[in-house]
Amino acid sequence: MHKSLIKAEFQVERDDYKCIRCRVCERQCSFEVHSYDADADRMFEDELKCVGCQRCVEYCPTRALSVQPHKSTIRPHGNWPYRAVKDICKQAETGGMLLSSTGDELHHRIYWDHLVLNASQVTNPSIDPLREPMELRTFIGRKPDQVDVQLVNGKPVLKTELPPQLTLETPMMFGAMSYGAISYNVCQSLARAATASGTMYNTGEGGLHRDFYQYGPNTIVQCASGRFGVHREYLNAGAAVEIKVGQGAKPGIGGHVPGEKVDKEISITRMIPVGTDALSPAPHHDIYSIEDLRQLIYALKEAVEYKKPVGVKIAAVHNAAAIASGIVRAGADFVTLDGLRGGTGAAPTRTRDSVGMPIELALAAVDQRLREEGIRNNASLIVAGGFRNSTDVVKAIALGADAVYIGTAALISLGCTVCQKCYTGKCPWGITTQDPYLTKRVNPEIGTQRLTNLLRAWSLEIKEILGGMGINAIESLRGNRLHLRAIGLNERELDVLGVMHAGE
Amino acid sequence: MATKAKTNKKRRRVQADENVCIGCKLCEVACIVAHSKSKNIIRAFNEETPRALSRVLVEESKPLTFALQCRHCEDPPCTIACMTGALHKDPVTGAVLHDREKCVGCWMCVMVCPYGGIQRDLREDKAASKCDLCLELDEPACVAACPNAALFVVEDED
Ligand code: SF4
Ligand code: SF4
Ligand code: SF4
Ligand code: SF4
Repeated sequence: MHKSLIKAEFQVERDDYKCIRCRVCERQCSFEVHSYDADADRMFEDELKCVGCQRCVEYCPTRALSVQPHKSTIRPHGNWPYRAVKDICKQAETGGMLLSSTGDELHHRIYWDHLVLNASQVTNPSIDPLREPMELRTFIGRKPDQVDVQLVNGKPVLKTELPPQLTLETPMMFGAMSYGAISYNVCQSLARAATASGTMYNTGEGGLHRDFYQYGPNTIVQCASGRFGVHREYLNAGAAVEIKVGQGAKPGIGGHVPGEKVDKEISITRMIPVGTDALSPAPHHDIYSIEDLRQLIYALKEAVEYKKPVGVKIAAVHNAAAIASGIVRAGADFVTLDGLRGGTGAAPTRTRDSVGMPIELALAAVDQRLREEGIRNNASLIVAGGFRNSTDVVKAIALGADAVYIGTAALISLGCTVCQKCYTGKCPWGITTQDPYLTKRVNPEIGTQRLTNLLRAWSLEIKEILGGMGINAIESLRGNRLHLRAIGLNERELDVLGVMHAGE
Repeated sequence: MATKAKTNKKRRRVQADENVCIGCKLCEVACIVAHSKSKNIIRAFNEETPRALSRVLVEESKPLTFALQCRHCEDPPCTIACMTGALHKDPVTGAVLHDREKCVGCWMCVMVCPYGGIQRDLREDKAASKCDLCLELDEPACVAACPNAALFVVEDED
């Protein structure tokens, strides 16, 4: 034996006066931190195991607990923060890659926080969304270069046949999270909430459980490099198909659902044996060029008989603009960009934190490029990657997005405290786990309600902000960067974002 | 049913949904507080002796868990087995109630209850202990305390 140098990250404090030894904390902690000693009639805690998820704190009926970052620390050093030392100790012990979950946690600039919005004063009236209609309806899909309208009996009738479109009642959808990464109950909550809110959820790359075919009109089905659960019926079950090339949290890397998470239902849905690792390759082995991508896009369009939009999702990387242009030219009806802060169930920590770019910059660059090339109308632009609130969404739309995907925010609404331990399969909040003792923690009735509330609340706020700008339809804000001004950004950043500085 | 309960129309009871019961046992905690003297959670557990008993019990065979308490049967075998009349069906509410004063602690009710809804109370005055539906509250304490909506009140008319 030698002494482990892995450090405690959190410190668990129990107020002994308040503790009633009910052992609720012990039952709630999936990391087995708390224990009860009957002889001593005392609770004990093993702090080394604590991940800071706050489950015990929330469930303790007397609020006797507090869990906080561990107070003990080392002498401060600019190059060697305690975090860096802890990581090295961990790797010296395990010899393995550092794994993590959720999105980038480094302090990369969040551009949303440096952008402010406009409002009407005197010269143009603002609109009260409670008194006047306010339109958030959004269409995702290729828009024709021009439309021919004919007057029939004095009424305008559309002559041009429109390519397939998704109709969203709000410009927010639930981002790709696979059954396997998240539980059945969470999938069900997302599907039902998307249906109730008139928007879409995305299956991620794990296929679609038979039980959820009924939510097909509100489902975007994904086709990723592992092709898990992809078959003709699956493709046609959804309202749109998304080819997943990359993911913002781990560009260049495939997915990995560990074998322990692959139970019978997941095995059937993914079409792989029970207990085997679901490894999706880093690249699609049939895509090595834009031409190859075009083949897959059209193969899928054939499969859905050109009745549903087919899009492509990529991680925001350095050449995102050029790649997106290629994707649009290859025939995609929408392009999804996933930024650096986009979440994941499991990723190498170093990749998660340092590969890719913030979604704000990628979005601005891609929208600009597609406009310059005159092909912006050929595809809708969906963005993802750490959207935290409704103003992030409004700013994204002003920067040029058609709609956004929210993933982490959706999970937070179900209880997730961003503890970043999804990859362990022990999510204490019952979200990113397949352990039947834990998955019960998300009651789909409550989950559906909370997700629906979240979308409703953000939609109300978006309407309020639009009204303040004197705009009565989200369509009028789309790509209108004049409604944005920057604070505290340098000229290069302003250039890339295509916005003026506040005061200009 | 052939042997119908004669008196009341309603049958009220607490029902569990085992699909979303997370086995936290907060229902048991709430039940103890509701049946304590002080109704204060810390005093009820740490100061009151004897500590009140929980009338709801969470059954566990992981991953399955669910809370169980008296079903307030239409034709309750416990009231028939009880020789002193301590257990009786309240004609107004339909609740099967227990009169501690009359109970002699013979445990016949414990033996006959097919659900295990009655427990032995082994404290000084040896008696039975069971769910009283928290009739004085707006909602049974366990139902109000359940964090995952795994408990609810059902009431059927016949
Ligand atoms: S949940 Fe709270 S009161 Fe119960 S044992 Fe844990 S710390 Fe004590
Ligand atoms: S429940 Fe979460 S916060 Fe509480 S001790 Fe366990 S890991 Fe730590
Ligand atoms: S989903 Fe669960 S494990 Fe993952 S970060 Fe959130 S609370 Fe932690
Ligand atoms: S409080 Fe609810 S979830 Fe917790 S054990 Fe009781 S019935 Fe189950």
